[in-house]
Amino acid sequence: MAEKKSLLKRLAEGQVWTSIFRGGGVPKSRRQRMMVVLNSVFLHLHPVRLPKHAVKLKYTWCMGGLSFFLFLILTISGILLMFYYRPTIEYAYTDIIDLTEQVPFGIMREIHRWGAHAMVITVWLHMFRVFMTGSYKPPREFNWAIGVVLLLLTLLLSFTGYLLPWDQLAIWAITVGSNMARATPFLGSEGPGAAMLAIGDINFVTVASDVRFALIGGRFLGEATLLRFYVLHCIGLPFVIMIFMAVHFWRIRKDGGISTPV
Amino acid sequence: MPKATEKKTATIAPSSPPPAALGQADDGSGVNRRSFFSWLSIGWLAFIAATGGFFTMMLRFFFPNVLFEPVQTFRAGYPDEYQVGEVDLRWKGEYGVWIVRNDEGIYALSTVCTHLGCTPNWLATEQKFKCPCHGSGFRKTGINYEGPAPRPLERFRITLSDDGQIIVDKTKKYQQEKGQWGDSEAFLKV
Repeated sequence: MAEKKSLLKRLAEGQVWTSIFRGGGVPKSRRQRMMVVLNSVFLHLHPVRLPKHAVKLKYTWCMGGLSFFLFLILTISGILLMFYYRPTIEYAYTDIIDLTEQVPFGIMREIHRWGAHAMVITVWLHMFRVFMTGSYKPPREFNWAIGVVLLLLTLLLSFTGYLLPWDQLAIWAITVGSNMARATPFLGSEGPGAAMLAIGDINFVTVASDVRFALIGGRFLGEATLLRFYVLHCIGLPFVIMIFMAVHFWRIRKDGGISTPV
Repeated sequence: MPKATEKKTATIAPSSPPPAALGQADDGSGVNRRSFFSWLSIGWLAFIAATGGFFTMMLRFFFPNVLFEPVQTFRAGYPDEYQVGEVDLRWKGEYGVWIVRNDEGIYALSTVCTHLGCTPNWLATEQKFKCPCHGSGFRKTGINYEGPAPRPLERFRITLSDDGQIIVDKTKKYQQEKGQWGDSEAFLKV
């Protein structure tokens, strides 16, 4: 009779465990622990080791981490909201009322809204911290540029989500916001250079063919705008921001770790 | 190109078979280094063209051929349906137009605030258009006089049809600051 092994040990040596987690059982040496991180698709985006001083709260404020945490909360609560919300003029507003008033744990909607406000704040504060500690300097300058794109995507997510309740505040805020797109050089119907893109009396950049039209799907806000913003908010922008976030986190490791002089 | 031909004959001359290590094998399949590169460039051009075509498709996809919006030109009834000195609100909701009649005639004002595009309200007691978003005020003529609006409201082309009805054409706008309010179709004399 072979010696009795504990259940935990048998589990750790079984095929199921070893096929998922390579490296031979419970890591014992420093090298094995490192391999655990490097062999996981999720953990490998993260640095293997962190210097103690680099994660001091008073130095990093944890604003990048908090932004990501809020992104996860927004993703989960957002998916839940999608089970009730219908992006049409007829239902959008009343579905939000239904969510807050009748649906069990309709506080999910408030979590999504407040989380969105909080994420915009933490992203700005993260940028401020990175600037003040000089963490944008070489070799991290490319990651700073990615961060600027992430800031822009965060603001666009905030902007597109703002329309979805379809109340007066939402409609007029997006009317005002999308009118800025009219002034885009060459691509906006009232922007500089747009008048040059014409043959005789025929203008190519008009209110029905400019960049603002592509955004809101009409000459003014309507059903098409609500649907376009919904798709951008729930699928398009999250898809893009996740790709940029993966590169952003991975580059922290590749560019010398978190907030350490290099 | 005579040069290319010379080179080719030199390479495949039977008296001096090229060493295999140089990769100049000519086994009669017709592919050599030169033709490989021309095929490569054709391939790349095709790839770029296909990608460009696909992105053009995606871009065009966002501009539908049919818009489910109110028409840009509409009949607004007969001139005697409008009272002198009144701002008429009946087309505001659907078409975004105020029709105003004064002693001399009728004009069609756009309901889009020239500040950031909200819709002002006509306050009859104060005889002004007041925008709820940022407080711009316009007189009955459309001239801005308070708040952040930088220029007067726009007017649309207004004409009479054969049967005597008013026709408002929103595709043609007249701006006061460009001196266009004096144009014949910016104002309907009645």
